Amino acid sequence: MSPAGGDTNTATREATKQEPRRGRGTRSASARVRQDARTGLSLISPTFVIVVVVVVLPIFWTVSLAFQNVRLLNLRTTGVIGDYSLDNFSNVLGSAGFVDALITTLLYSVFGTALAIGLGLMAALALRQPFKGRGLIRGALLLPYVAPVVAATFVWSTMLNPQFGLINHWGTTLLGWDEPIAFLSSRSDTMSIFGFDLSVPTALVTVIAFEAWRSFPFAFLFLTARLQAVPDTLEEAGQVDGATATQRFRHIILPQLLPTIAVLSVLRFIWTFNNFDDIYLLTGGGAGTQVVTVRVFDYLIARGDIGAAAAQALVLAVILAVLVTTYLRLFGRSEEAA
Amino acid sequence: MTATSSDESVRPRDRAAPERSNRRWSRNTVEDRILGVLRPLVIAVLLIVSVFPFYYMVLLSFRSLDGVLRDPGALWVSPGEIDWGTYKSVLSSVESGGQGFLTFIRNSMVVALGTVVLTLLVAVPGAYAVSRLEFFGRRKISALFLGVYFFPSILLAVPLFVFYTRIGLRGSLYGLLIVYVAQVAAVSIYMLRNYFDTIPASLEEAAAIDGCSRLQTMRRISLPLAMPAIVSNALFIFMIAWNEFLFALLFLVERRDNWTVSLGLSQLAGSIEVPTTVLMAGSVILTVPIIVLFLLSERWLAGGLTAGAEKG
Repeated sequence: MSPAGGDTNTATREATKQEPRRGRGTRSASARVRQDARTGLSLISPTFVIVVVVVVLPIFWTVSLAFQNVRLLNLRTTGVIGDYSLDNFSNVLGSAGFVDALITTLLYSVFGTALAIGLGLMAALALRQPFKGRGLIRGALLLPYVAPVVAATFVWSTMLNPQFGLINHWGTTLLGWDEPIAFLSSRSDTMSIFGFDLSVPTALVTVIAFEAWRSFPFAFLFLTARLQAVPDTLEEAGQVDGATATQRFRHIILPQLLPTIAVLSVLRFIWTFNNFDDIYLLTGGGAGTQVVTVRVFDYLIARGDIGAAAAQALVLAVILAVLVTTYLRLFGRSEEAA
Repeated sequence: MTATSSDESVRPRDRAAPERSNRRWSRNTVEDRILGVLRPLVIAVLLIVSVFPFYYMVLLSFRSLDGVLRDPGALWVSPGEIDWGTYKSVLSSVESGGQGFLTFIRNSMVVALGTVVLTLLVAVPGAYAVSRLEFFGRRKISALFLGVYFFPSILLAVPLFVFYTRIGLRGSLYGLLIVYVAQVAAVSIYMLRNYFDTIPASLEEAAAIDGCSRLQTMRRISLPLAMPAIVSNALFIFMIAWNEFLFALLFLVERRDNWTVSLGLSQLAGSIEVPTTVLMAGSVILTVPIIVLFLLSERWLAGGLTAGAEKG
């Protein structure tokens, strides 16, 4: 590159700096702008078309299906224009099974999210100070998150297997359990703690534990990144003023992490709420773990009742949208800071 | 217990004279000591909890089913007991009495690599456009793409299942590929756009002055600069496509020769005829490519993961 070329370079850069926005096209302004607009549209259109055809149109179609009586058997005869009715919704919303599934979904999402973020926070704080091998440990903690869900659920169900699973083997031989626990197929067990008999929804607790195990690395990654941005000086000042470790956490670190935790809660909640794979693979939706997504799948595949499946999926999406919008309305401002 | 009680008794005095925090049982020292013990403990527990299931997976894949039933608690496998037969059995074709995982691996590879290539083909120019070019509806398109990412995939599952059944595309790997591309392209554009935004526009302006057209600038200047982001994006897409389960289940379940590794493992896990140890070998085969990719590219991938690695 010649020195002259370098000069033009700097000259343009300065020119752009002076022009606040749209400085690029000052010389041949409108032609360049129009050309850019055309290039932009043509570059984005392949993705746009795919997304519209495979995502947006199907969503509208779900809405249409939800208002019709469509079964897998009469599928070939139904069109977009059909007999629209609210039957699917009244059947679905009126059935006890749907309400139960909705409550299960909420419990699963709330506890799964909270546990995952709690564990992630613990991990991020514990691994904050550098030490030898920290990078390796950080990488290892991400394993549950990157591993294929089918492999992870398969290992879990083998480990929890009542006949030859490791956990039940240890429980009966080392911890003195009277009999193996059917972690994935028992709706509830009574546990006695200090003489009180407590009824525990075993399978639900197990899938929540799995969810926490699988997604805590996500929270860990997020929080670690945020912690790195916390300036040391604040903490040093706190230390000089006599704040102890927990006080420094409570009054210096935590307030800075809260916006990130808020974002994480929304993301994790959405994903857990929509989660199908984990529960389907662990319990198949049995033993009191049927969440709405698994129920939709059952209606679609096992019963072939497409209308009812579409109606439930739609209700699920609407509830999620309402919950998330409410949350954003209430806490939206703090999140913009994150 | 003792630590807590002394902590309580010390607190009032401690507040009065914080500068004497190096006293033997001040709240500060107590906390530091407790945390000093707690920190390695937490790290150890989390590490075991995270890694042990995978160790157990590998362990079982080398043991014989009889051995596992006889001694379920064994935490290692003696060299004499190592059984490679599980891998042979899981990989060999159905005709020769195996589980046919080689075919599943081929299918998964075709779908995952196809998704990577197709997605990048549409997403890289798309991301460039969203980042650099002012065009009608730019903001709205970005918002739409982000919305796609948070959409419940089960809601898409219903109409796509119906649609694919109708046009007879169910059971085909290409049908699956299209769904994957649609789901991933939107996120890809979002991730890549963020990277394009960090490349200074002055470089492209220089090229424009030297007479390059928009597309030439994109190809010669912006793409090479964005390579790290594109590679990490490719790995991220590969992971999503390789791990995906729901749509594979919906579309391919009736066509065994088109099963992906994930689908094959989940379907065989339900049957009693296939020994658990053989399926553990299948799990290892399913997991190893992901772990290898992850180790090779941890630094690159970490950024992508915080953008969220799940879809589907």
